[in-house]
Amino acid sequence: MTTLTPVLSAHWDADRSWKLDRYEADGGYRGLRRALGMAPADVVTAVKDSGLRGRGGAGFPTGMKWGFLPAPDGGPRYLVVNADESEPGTCKDIPLMLASPQDLIEGVIITSYAIGCHHAFIYVRGEVVHVYRRLLEAVREAREAGYVGTDILGSGFDLEITVHAGAGAYICGEETALLDSLEGLRGQPRLKPPFPAVAGLYARPTVVNNVESVASVPGILVGGADWFTSMGTERSAGHGLFSLSGHVTRPGQYEAPLGITLRELLDMAGGVREGHELKFWTPGGSSTPIFTAEHLDVPLDYESVGKAGSMLGTRALQIFDETTSVVKAVSRWIQFYKHESCGKCTPCREGTFWLAQIMARLEAGQGTPQDIDLLLDLCDNILGRAFCALGDGATSPVTSAIQYFREEFEAGTHTPADVLFPPERSALFDYTPRHSTQLAGVHA
Amino acid sequence: MTTTTPRATDTTPLVPAAPPVVAPEPTATVTFTVDGIETTVPKGTLVIRAAEQLGIQIPRFCDHPLLAPAGACRQCLVEVWAPGRDGNVAKMPKPQASCTLEATPGMQVKTQHTSPEADKAQHGVMELLLINHPLDCPVCDKGGECPLQNQAMSNGRAATRFVDVKRTFPKPIAVSTQILLDRERCILCQRCTRFSEEIAGDVWIDLQKRGAAQQIGTFDTRVLGFAGDTPVGASTLDTSGRPFASYFSGNTVQICPVGALTSAAYRFRSRPFDLVSAASIAEHDANGSAIRVDHRRGVVLRRLAGDDPAVNQEWITDKDRFGFHWQSAPDRVTTPLVRRQLADGTRGELEPCSWTEALDTAAAGLRGATVGVLPGGRLTLEDAYAYSKLARTVLGTNDVDHRARPHSAEEEAFLGHHVAGRTLRVTFGDLAAAPAVLCVGYEPEEEGGIAFLRLRSSVVAGRTRVFAVAALASRGIERLDGTLLAAAPGTEPEVLDAITTGADDVLGVTAEALGAEGAVILVGERAATVPGALTAVLRLAERTGARVAWIPRRAGERGAIEAGTLPTLLPGGRPVADPSARVDVAAVWGVDDLPATPGRSADEILAAAAAGQLGALVVGGVDPADHADPVLARAALDAVPFLVSLEVRRSEVTDRADVVLPVAPPVEKAGTFVTWEGRPRPFAQVLTTTHLSDFRVLDRLADALGADLGLLTLADVHAELDQLGGWDGVRVEQPATSPAEPPAVPPGHAVLATWHQLLDAGRLQDGEPYLAGTAKQPVARVSPVTAQAAGLADGDDVAVSTDRGTVTAAVQVTDMADHVVWLATNPRGAAVRDVLGAVGGTVVRLAPAGRSDAPGVTAHAGSGLTGDTAEAVAGVRVDEEERA
Repeated sequence: MTTLTPVLSAHWDADRSWKLDRYEADGGYRGLRRALGMAPADVVTAVKDSGLRGRGGAGFPTGMKWGFLPAPDGGPRYLVVNADESEPGTCKDIPLMLASPQDLIEGVIITSYAIGCHHAFIYVRGEVVHVYRRLLEAVREAREAGYVGTDILGSGFDLEITVHAGAGAYICGEETALLDSLEGLRGQPRLKPPFPAVAGLYARPTVVNNVESVASVPGILVGGADWFTSMGTERSAGHGLFSLSGHVTRPGQYEAPLGITLRELLDMAGGVREGHELKFWTPGGSSTPIFTAEHLDVPLDYESVGKAGSMLGTRALQIFDETTSVVKAVSRWIQFYKHESCGKCTPCREGTFWLAQIMARLEAGQGTPQDIDLLLDLCDNILGRAFCALGDGATSPVTSAIQYFREEFEAGTHTPADVLFPPERSALFDYTPRHSTQLAGVHA
Repeated sequence: MTTTTPRATDTTPLVPAAPPVVAPEPTATVTFTVDGIETTVPKGTLVIRAAEQLGIQIPRFCDHPLLAPAGACRQCLVEVWAPGRDGNVAKMPKPQASCTLEATPGMQVKTQHTSPEADKAQHGVMELLLINHPLDCPVCDKGGECPLQNQAMSNGRAATRFVDVKRTFPKPIAVSTQILLDRERCILCQRCTRFSEEIAGDVWIDLQKRGAAQQIGTFDTRVLGFAGDTPVGASTLDTSGRPFASYFSGNTVQICPVGALTSAAYRFRSRPFDLVSAASIAEHDANGSAIRVDHRRGVVLRRLAGDDPAVNQEWITDKDRFGFHWQSAPDRVTTPLVRRQLADGTRGELEPCSWTEALDTAAAGLRGATVGVLPGGRLTLEDAYAYSKLARTVLGTNDVDHRARPHSAEEEAFLGHHVAGRTLRVTFGDLAAAPAVLCVGYEPEEEGGIAFLRLRSSVVAGRTRVFAVAALASRGIERLDGTLLAAAPGTEPEVLDAITTGADDVLGVTAEALGAEGAVILVGERAATVPGALTAVLRLAERTGARVAWIPRRAGERGAIEAGTLPTLLPGGRPVADPSARVDVAAVWGVDDLPATPGRSADEILAAAAAGQLGALVVGGVDPADHADPVLARAALDAVPFLVSLEVRRSEVTDRADVVLPVAPPVEKAGTFVTWEGRPRPFAQVLTTTHLSDFRVLDRLADALGADLGLLTLADVHAELDQLGGWDGVRVEQPATSPAEPPAVPPGHAVLATWHQLLDAGRLQDGEPYLAGTAKQPVARVSPVTAQAAGLADGDDVAVSTDRGTVTAAVQVTDMADHVVWLATNPRGAAVRDVLGAVGGTVVRLAPAGRSDAPGVTAHAGSGLTGDTAEAVAGVRVDEEERA
C-alpha cells in the first residue's frame, strides 16, 4: 500500500503557511544554504542524480535540461518558471504557489545558482491575481531576508526575480510561446531549433521549468538524491502532486510517490461519490487520452501510463462517474481547444474549429453516420501535423473517447446527450438546467 | 550595351552589362535524397528549396524564399527518414514541414509523390485550409493565378466533407487607401506580416485575435494606444489622416497566396488569364527595378515586381507598382502641335498639325538660332544620347543639361570626374556586403526605395552599419539602425571633414567604420545644393578608402551622364575640353569637329533665355517647378523666342511651346535605363503605339534641319554607342570647391532642410488617387529649441516663409539640429521650390501660422486629400465599427 509523501504540501495546513517566517521555521532555505556551499555544477549533478523529471507534463529530466545550456559566454542566461497553469483539470501549481510560494522562490534561487542565471522570471497565469499578488509578496519577503538581490547570503551570488502576469492564453504555457509573451510579443510558439537552451528569452540561453519541478529542487538539496529516489519508481522518481477533481468524495491535492494507482488515490479520497461508479478519467488533464475503470491499477508514472496508451501529463485526475456523457465532456474540452488555439498553424486553428462543430452536432443528437469516421480522420490530420504539441493534445480526448465509448458517439446521431445523460444527475448540487426548454421533451 | 547586334570590335561598350552573378562556392555541402533522387546542396539548404531544384514541387503557402521560415501553414509536410545516433536511418515519428527543415547528410525525404503519409498530410491540411475559405473564386482577383486554387486542385480532395458553418467577416477592410483586406479569404500564412516586419520594417499590419478568429489587422489606435508607424512618440500620418502604412505595401498583395490582400487600384479590374504580361523596368527612380507589366487590349491594368536578384530581388516600391496611370493620362499629347501667329501678330493657341508641318516649323525656328537644350532627367540612355548628339552636331552647341533640379558646377565636375564612364564600381551587391555605408544628402527610402530595402536586409542580417549626414534621422534611417551625424544644411562639408580616425565621438567611429574593406559612401543629388559637399566627400573617400557612389532620384540621370548631356561632358565621360575626346567623338559622329566652348548649365541656360540671350530652347520632359528657381525657369520659357517641347503630356512647357512634338512614355517604347550603379536596364516596348521615342523624333527633327543624325532605329543607336565605346583618356578634373560660410540665422529664422518624399506631387504619380492616399502627411519638423524660440508647439501650424511665399504645415517637434526647419520638397499643394523659391540651406522665416505677415502666395501642406483623390479613397473606406 502506497502512502502519501507530503513534501511540498507538508505545511499547507499551517497558520499563514505562505509567510516566509513560517517557511523558515519549517526548515525552509536550508536547501539554498547547502546549494550555495556547492559548486553550481555539483548542484546540477545533484538534481541529475535525483532523477527529477519535469512536472509540467512532458517529463523531461530536469537536470539534463539544465545541462543543455551552452558554456557561459559572459552574457546573461535566464531561468523562466512556467506558472501558466491553464489546462482543464490541472490545478497543482496554483494551490502550491498560493499555500507555499517560498518553496518555489527557494527553488528558483537554487536553480538560478546552478545554471548561472542572475535574472529569473516567473510567468504566472494572468487570471489568478491572488496568486500573482502572493508571489510578489513572497519575492519581497525573500528580498528583505537577503535571499534575493545582491550577494545572497554572503555568497557573492546575485539574483533578481521578476514575477510576470500573463494575459490569459493557454498557448503561453507552451514554453516558446511563453518566452515570446514574456518579451512582450504575441504569444505564439517559436520555430525550433534554436531551442530555448540555446536562444530563449531575448535570444539568450534559457531554462524553462515547471513550478513543481523547480519547487522540488530545495527538497532534493536537503534530502539528497537517495531520499528522492526512495520515492516513486526507478525511472519516475520522487513525489508529485496528484489533483483529484470531479465525481470524487474528497477532491483535492494528494502528494504521493509517482507510481501510485488511481485505486489507491481513490481510497484515500473516499472513492467515487456515494452511489456511483467510475466511468472514465483523465490521468493528466484534458490533453491526455482518457482512461476507464479498467485502468484503475495502472501505476501513475511516466512509463506505465504511456504504455497503457495515455500520458502522465500534469497528474490532473478528473473523475467522471456513470452519469456523465462522454460526448458532452469531450465537446466541452474541444470548445476549450478551439477557443485557445493560438491560430498560428492550420491543423490546430481550423481543425479544432471543425471538431467543435462536429462535437456540437453529436451532442445535440444531430450527428451524421459519417461523423465518427470524420472525427477520427480529422484527428489524424491534426495529430503530428500541428506546429506545437497543443494541437496534438486537442485530439487525445476525441480519439480515446471514441476508442472506449464509440456507442455513445453513435447515439449522437439520433439522441441528444442531455437525454441520455440528464445533466442534473451528474451535478454535485441541486441543479436546474437553464436551457431545458431549448431541448423540447428532453427532461422527464 | 546589351544589344543583340554583334559587335565587330573588342572595345568596351559605353555602358557595359553587369557580369552575371556567380554564386559563391559553398563551404560545406550536404548529400541526401528526395524521392530517392540523390542531391548535393549547400549546408543549411531547406528541404523545400532542394526539392525545387530537383523539379519536385511541394505545395506551400507560408514559405517564401526571401522571408524567414515560419512553418505556419503546414502544407509542405513530407515524410522524413534520418540517420539516428546509432547510424541507422529511422523514420521521424511526425511528418516534417519541409519549409523549416534543413537537409542533413543521409536524410531521406519522401514527398507526396512517394509517401502516402505525406500525401495524406497535405490533403488533410488543404482540406482544413479550405473549410473557412469562401468559394468566391469566380469574383476573386486572385482566381486564375491563385496558389490556393492551384494547389487545391493538385493536392486537395475533390469534394469537401465540411457541412458546418464557415467563419465570416465583413469585407473588405481598407488597411490603407490602397490595400484592401478580405479577411475570410485569408489563410493566415503570415507572409504579409513577415514582409512588413522583416523586409520593409514598417509594421503596419499584424496578427490579431487567435484561433479561427485570428486575422490580419491594422493597429487600432484606440485599443493599442499607438499608431502604426512609430510605437512611441510622434507618429507619421498618411494624407488621409490614418497612421502611415508603408511605401512597400503593394508587395504584400503580390506575395499573398490567396486573394485576401488586394489593391484598390486593381480590384475587380480584370482576370489574370485575360492579361498579357511583359517584363519591363520601372521608370520612377534610378534603381531600375525589374517589373512585370500586365496589359489587356492596349491598357496597362497593373504592374508587379519582377524577379531580379541582383537589383530589386522580388520587391518594388508602391510608386513603381501603382504609379503608371500617368502614361495614359487624359492630357496625353497625341498629335504634334504648333502655335500659329494670329493675324494681329499675337501668338495663337496650340493646334494639332501633321508631323511634317510640326518638324518644318520647328526646324525653321531653330535654324540659325542660339539654342539651349534641356532634355530632363527621365530619358532612356538612347534618347539622352540623341539629345547630346543633336545639340553638338546639328545645333552646334554644348548648351545641353539634363539636370532639372538644383545643381552646381561642383556637381558637374564631380560627375565628370567620378561618375561618368565609371559604371558598376559600386553595385547593389556591394551595398549588401558593405560593412559600413555613409549616406550624404541621400535618403535611401524616400529617394528610391530599393536601395533602402537592400541596405535594410543587410543591416538586419548584421552585416552593415549605416551612418547618415543629415539634419535629422528620418524614419528610414531609424529603420536602418542608422547613426546620425547631425549637420545643419550647409555645414555638411564641415561634418564630412571632421570624420577622422581618432576623433573621440561618433565621427571617429564613422571614420573607423568607413576604413573597413568594402565601405561605401552614398551621396545623393541634393549634395549639389551644398557648396563643397561633393569635394569633401571625395576627400573623405581618399582619407578612408571607402568607395563613393552617387545616387540620383530620376531614372534617366545616370544614363544621361553616360550619354553626355552635360555641358562639359561628351558620351562616356569624355571631357568637352579635351581635344582628343572631341576628335574621338566627332569621328564616330561623322562631323569635322565639335564645339569646343564649354556649355552652360541648365540654370545658366535658363538665365540666358530669360535675359533674351537665347534664340530657342529644345526642352524634353522637364517641369519648371523642379528647377531651383521655378520663377526663373518660367520666365525663361516665356522669354525665349522659340520653344520646342518634346512631351508625353500637356505641361507647363507645352503650354508655352511654339511646337510640341509628342513622344512615347516608357510603356510605349523600348530603351535602356541606367541605374545609379551604371547597370544598363534594357526594356522592350510593351504596348503597340504610333508614338515615337525621343531619339526618333530628334532624328527626324535633324532631318528637317538638313542633317542626318543617323539614329533612326534602336539598333542604329546601339551600334553607335558600341562604336563609341568607353573612354580611357583624361577625365574632368576633380572638383575643389571650398565650403561656403554658414549663413547667419537671425532670430525668427531657420535654415531650410528638405528632401523629396517617395510619394508626393510628382507628375508621374498623377491619376492614382489610392496611391496618393498612402503618401505621408506633410509636416514641418523643428527641434525643441527651434520650436520654443519661434513660439511653436507640437501640432501647431507654422508658417515657413521667404520673400516669395509661405508654406504652412503642422509642426512636429523632432530631435534634430537646432535652427533648422525641415519640409518635404514637393508635397501636394506645397512645393517648397515653387512656393518659397528655396532649396536646402536657404534661410527662411518661421512664425506661428496666422501671425505671419509674409508676402506672396501661401500654400498649406497637410490639408489632407482633396478632389478626386478624396472621393476615390472614400469609396474604399470601411467603417471601423464593422471590424468588431
